[in-house]
Amino acid sequence: MRKGLSWFNTTSIVLGFVFLYLPIVLLVIYSFNASRLVTVWAGFSTEWYWKLLENDQLLEAAWVTLRVAFISASVATVLGTLAAIALVRYGRFWGRTLFSGMVYAPLVMPEVITGLSLLLLFVAVNFDRGFWTITLAHITFTMCFVSVVVQSRLVTFDRSLEEAALDLGCPPLKTFFVITLPIILPAVISGWMLAFTLSLDDLVIASFTTGPGATTLPMRIYSQVRLGVTPEINAICTIMIAVVTLVVVAASIITKRQEVERERAERLAAAGG
Amino acid sequence: MARGTKGRWLVLAVPYLWLFALFLVPFFIVFKISLSQDAIAQPPYEPTFDLSAGWDAIREAVGQLNFDNYSYVLSWDNEFLQAYGSSLWIAGISTLLLLIVGYPIAYGMARAPKSIRPTLLMMVILPFWTSFLIRVYAWIGILSPEGLLNQFLMFVGLTDEPLEILATDTAVYIGIVYSYLPFMILPLYAALEKMDETLLEAAADLGCPPFAAFWKITWPLSLPGVFAGCLLCFIPAVGEFVIPDLLGGSDTMMIGKSLWTEFSVNRSWTVSSAVAVLLLLVLVVPIVFYQNVQAREMEGR
Repeated sequence: MRKGLSWFNTTSIVLGFVFLYLPIVLLVIYSFNASRLVTVWAGFSTEWYWKLLENDQLLEAAWVTLRVAFISASVATVLGTLAAIALVRYGRFWGRTLFSGMVYAPLVMPEVITGLSLLLLFVAVNFDRGFWTITLAHITFTMCFVSVVVQSRLVTFDRSLEEAALDLGCPPLKTFFVITLPIILPAVISGWMLAFTLSLDDLVIASFTTGPGATTLPMRIYSQVRLGVTPEINAICTIMIAVVTLVVVAASIITKRQEVERERAERLAAAGG
Repeated sequence: MARGTKGRWLVLAVPYLWLFALFLVPFFIVFKISLSQDAIAQPPYEPTFDLSAGWDAIREAVGQLNFDNYSYVLSWDNEFLQAYGSSLWIAGISTLLLLIVGYPIAYGMARAPKSIRPTLLMMVILPFWTSFLIRVYAWIGILSPEGLLNQFLMFVGLTDEPLEILATDTAVYIGIVYSYLPFMILPLYAALEKMDETLLEAAADLGCPPFAAFWKITWPLSLPGVFAGCLLCFIPAVGEFVIPDLLGGSDTMMIGKSLWTEFSVNRSWTVSSAVAVLLLLVLVVPIVFYQNVQAREMEGR
């Protein structure tokens, strides 16, 4: 059989990537357009980026969004990792089906349902809506994504390392921090990043659970997008794309390197033991 | 093995209680409010349960619950039923399109040299990290009558006047396929990559033509990925709100949009709750199915 990519495979990959990237590339290009008309090219300009700096509402919304995303991703990472450990390690326990159901269902649950149900909960318990209700809502739906990412690392994990530590008298909590956590760390970090970007991205759940004084960036962008395409929105989108791309590429290089080192250490430990 | 049983218990209890309180309990509240009536009050529905008012007051409140919102939503005149049907149809067609578009890409990636696979995988995931809203927004500029697609089509002479794409169902299909494509490719790729290629070589040696070998070997082996990908796309797409709202027209009916309108424009929390409960009923079978696929994938290795 012929090795390498056939003509058909190459074409489908190339067309697929063109489809995935072309809209984003066009959006970035038109953020540098001198004309206010977004579809007519009138020369290169960074005018819209400078305009953004004067837009206090947008900057305020960006700051709220970043704080929500940071807090919710951090709490969600802890909760999601605990949930992953329970699901992978605990075997059968009372209420397991319900628990795994509650972990997997939010992954596919339509956002309108999650948003509405959380809003009604906050109203029922008379919780003031605003920054913290958005954060609580985001923790709830992002922790499930973290859990899935961490689970996929835990199932391929060599448990004999943990067992060796426990046999040598290391307390369980210490074993977790010294042995388990470093090994699953790349997955935990990517879980955090996934939670962070999901939170940055969320429009629907935030719109339901927000209150006076807490407007996130997607909510601000959405209300402007409904009025039509403008170069300012293209500019802020380009900044968000640039930030996310930089962080993701950097993080994937770092975690890749760590993973390679970890695996080598794991192998050495296994061979030496 | 001796383990700290208290710590072990906490590891499970903390996420369990969190999800119980913020994921499961809210559904019961939605159900309760779907049986209530709108009221000009804070909160804007009645009856409200006041646990301090004693047992009789609670019994009386329970007596006030009724199914009026459901008969309102299920009445043919109010166009919710049409919206449920059209959501299922749009989500179904989009899922089929996603499978047709995603399968060759995932297949090509799984057959690519091992050294470039991680890069390809990362390139599929990267657009998914950029904002969903931005990706949908990008298509407005492309599909609008004076947009880039129409400019291009007129430039090459394929059409003399701009095509109406934005604000139609076609734009919604494009938007869903574009936004959900990574969710389709990743499970397909995972299934195809695991496949043992020597099976295909054996088939070829025995004189099986490549296309027949694909149908008899590759396709059946990739079915778990096909199921996972389709469910992962279909279920959220049924309740999609942003895409039909930004790309669809005023006659594009999707239930997520109806729920949103009922909630934010008509300000009827009770009717939107009834819509949500019925949407959940429609989706409960695929969701349970998805959970089983996911649980087997995660825990069965």
